[in-house]
Amino acid sequence: MVWVNAIIQGVLLGGLYALFAAGLSLMFGVMRFVNIAHGDFIVVAAYLALTVMVSLGISPWVAVPVVVAVMAATGYLGQRLLLNRVLGKDILPPILVTFGLSIILQNALLETFSADSVRLPAGALETASLTLGDGIAIGILPLAMFATAIGVIAGLQLIFYRTPLGRMLRATSDDAEIVPLMGGNNAHIFAIATGLASAVVGVAGIWLAMRTNFDPAAGPVRLLFAFEAVIIGGLGNIWATLAGGIILGVAQTVGAQIDAGFQILAGHLVFLLILIVKPTGLMPRMTG
Amino acid sequence: MASLTTDLPRRPAPGRFLPAAVIAAAVVLLAAAPWWAGRADLRLLMEALSYLALAQMWNLLAGYTGLVSVGQQAFVGLGGYLFFALAIFSGLPLLVAMPAAALATGLVAIPAGWIAFRLQGAYFAIGTWVIAEVFRLSAAQFPALGGGSGISLPVAVARSLSESREGREMAMYFLALGLGLSATFGVWALLRARWGMALTAIRDSGTAAESIGISTRRVKFLIYVGTAAMTGLTGAFLFLQKLRITPDAAFSVNDWTAFVIFIVVIGGIGTIEGPVIGTILFFALRQVAADWGSWYLMLLGAIAIAVMLVDKRGIWGALKARTGWALFPVERRLR
Repeated sequence: MVWVNAIIQGVLLGGLYALFAAGLSLMFGVMRFVNIAHGDFIVVAAYLALTVMVSLGISPWVAVPVVVAVMAATGYLGQRLLLNRVLGKDILPPILVTFGLSIILQNALLETFSADSVRLPAGALETASLTLGDGIAIGILPLAMFATAIGVIAGLQLIFYRTPLGRMLRATSDDAEIVPLMGGNNAHIFAIATGLASAVVGVAGIWLAMRTNFDPAAGPVRLLFAFEAVIIGGLGNIWATLAGGIILGVAQTVGAQIDAGFQILAGHLVFLLILIVKPTGLMPRMTG
Repeated sequence: MASLTTDLPRRPAPGRFLPAAVIAAAVVLLAAAPWWAGRADLRLLMEALSYLALAQMWNLLAGYTGLVSVGQQAFVGLGGYLFFALAIFSGLPLLVAMPAAALATGLVAIPAGWIAFRLQGAYFAIGTWVIAEVFRLSAAQFPALGGGSGISLPVAVARSLSESREGREMAMYFLALGLGLSATFGVWALLRARWGMALTAIRDSGTAAESIGISTRRVKFLIYVGTAAMTGLTGAFLFLQKLRITPDAAFSVNDWTAFVIFIVVIGGIGTIEGPVIGTILFFALRQVAADWGSWYLMLLGAIAIAVMLVDKRGIWGALKARTGWALFPVERRLR
C-alpha cells in the first residue's frame, strides 16, 4: 500500500512540476527562448505571495489575483525592456542575461528575506484529506494543486487554439520572421508570451509556497524540475508536459520510498534514462 | 587571386614584438612571484591562476564550439573527489594521483557528453546542470568519501609534497602556475594548429564549417571531453589546496561555473586574452568588494548583463575590434 500511496502522491506532485514547466515550455515554444532564471522567478512569486498574504494580511481571494497580475506585468515589461534586446540567432546572450538575472534575484531575495526557509501557511487545508480506505488518503491541498495544473494547462490550450491572441502566438512560434509582414508586432507578441508565462509562474509560485519550505536559493532546482518535465514530455506539447511532470513526480516519490536521500536523485536519473532512450521526449510535436 | 596561406606570419612585423614582450614579462613576473609576493598575495595568485585555467576551458568550450555549459562544476567536483579517493585509498603519489584523476574525469565525460549532446542550445546548458546535480547527489551517497559531510585529505598526503610549509607553498604555487599557463598556452597552441582552423570555423558558422568537411559534432565532442579533463585537473588542485572536500563545495554552480562564466564574458568570449583580462578584473573587484557580500554577486550579475547589452564581445573583444590588438595572435591573413 505504501507504494500505491507513493505513486498517488507522485502524480499529484507532478501537477506542481507541470505548473513549473508550463511557463518555460510556453516561452520556448513562442520565441525559442530558455529562461535560466525561471526557477528564481517562481521563488520570487512565492515570496511575493508570502509578503502579500502574511506580512500585509491581505485575503487570499484578493492576494492571488494580485500576485498573478504583478508577475504578468513584470514579465511583460521585462521582456519588452530587457529580454527582447538579446533575442536572436546567438544563444549565448539570452542564456547569460537570464543567468545573471538568476544570480541577482537569488542575492536580492537573500538580502531582503534572509536565508531562513519559510512557508505559506494554508490553515485547515494543510491537514484536510480524503480517505480512500485501506490506508490511502489524498490531501485536499495536493489535489487542489493538481486540479490547478489541469485548469492552467486547459486554459493555456484554450488561449492558444481558440483566441486571436493564440493564433498570433502560434504564428510566431511557426515563423517569427513572417509575422511582422502580416502586421504583427514581434516585440509585443514576445512580451505577451512572457507575460502569460509569468502569470503561470505566479500560480506556480503560490503553490510552491504552500507545498514546501523554500528559501532564496530554491530557484535553480525548480528550473531543473521544470526543464525535466518539459523534456520528458516532449517539446511543444503542453499536455505532454503534464505527463512529464507526473513521471518526474512519481519517480521522486517512489525514489523517496526506497531511500529518503534518493528522492531528487531518482527524478534526475529517470530524466536521464528517458533522454537516452527517447531524446525527443515521450510525446514530441516539434524539434528544438 | 590571392593565395590563402595557412602559415602564420613567420617574421614578426613591426609592432608584433610588443605582445611577445608583454607575455614574456608577465610569465617571468608570475614565475618569480614566490620571491616578491607575500603569503596572502601568493594564495590570491594561486586562486586566480586556477580560475584562469577554468576560464580558458569554459571559453574554449563555449566561445569556440558554442557549447554553453552551466554544468562545468560537474568536472571540478569529480576531479576533486577522484583525486581525494586516489590519494587516500590507492596510495598513489600526489603528483600521479592528480593527472590520474584528470584522466578519469575525461573518461567519465564521455558518457556524460554522450547524454548531454542529445540536447541543443540552451537545453544543453540546463542538461549539463542536471548532470552536475546527479554527480553532487551521488557523491553524498558514498560513505567511504564522507557522504554529505565530506572528507579531509590526511595530513600525511599533503606532507608528501614537501616537508616544510614554505616548500609546500612553493610547490603549490608552481602547480597553480603550471595549470594557468598550460591552459592559456594550450588553447593558443590548439588554435594555431589545424584544429584551431576547425574550431574557428565552427565558432563563426557551424553550418559553413560542416559544409567544408569538418565533422563539427566530433570536434565539439572531443573539446567537451578534453576541457572536462583539464577542468578535472584544476578541480584536483583546488581541493588539494583546500584539503577538504564536500559535495556542496565540490559541485557548486556559483563557485565553479557562474564566476567562470562572468570572467569569460566580461573579459571577452571567443578570445584567449578575454579570460586573462576577466580573471584580473574579477579578482581586483573582489579585493575591493570583499565585504559587500551578496551585493558583490549582484554587481557581477549586473555587469555580465550590461556586457551582453552594450557589447557582447566583452572588453577584449571590443578593444580588439577597435584597435586590432592581439596578445595571442591566432588569425590567418590573406597575403
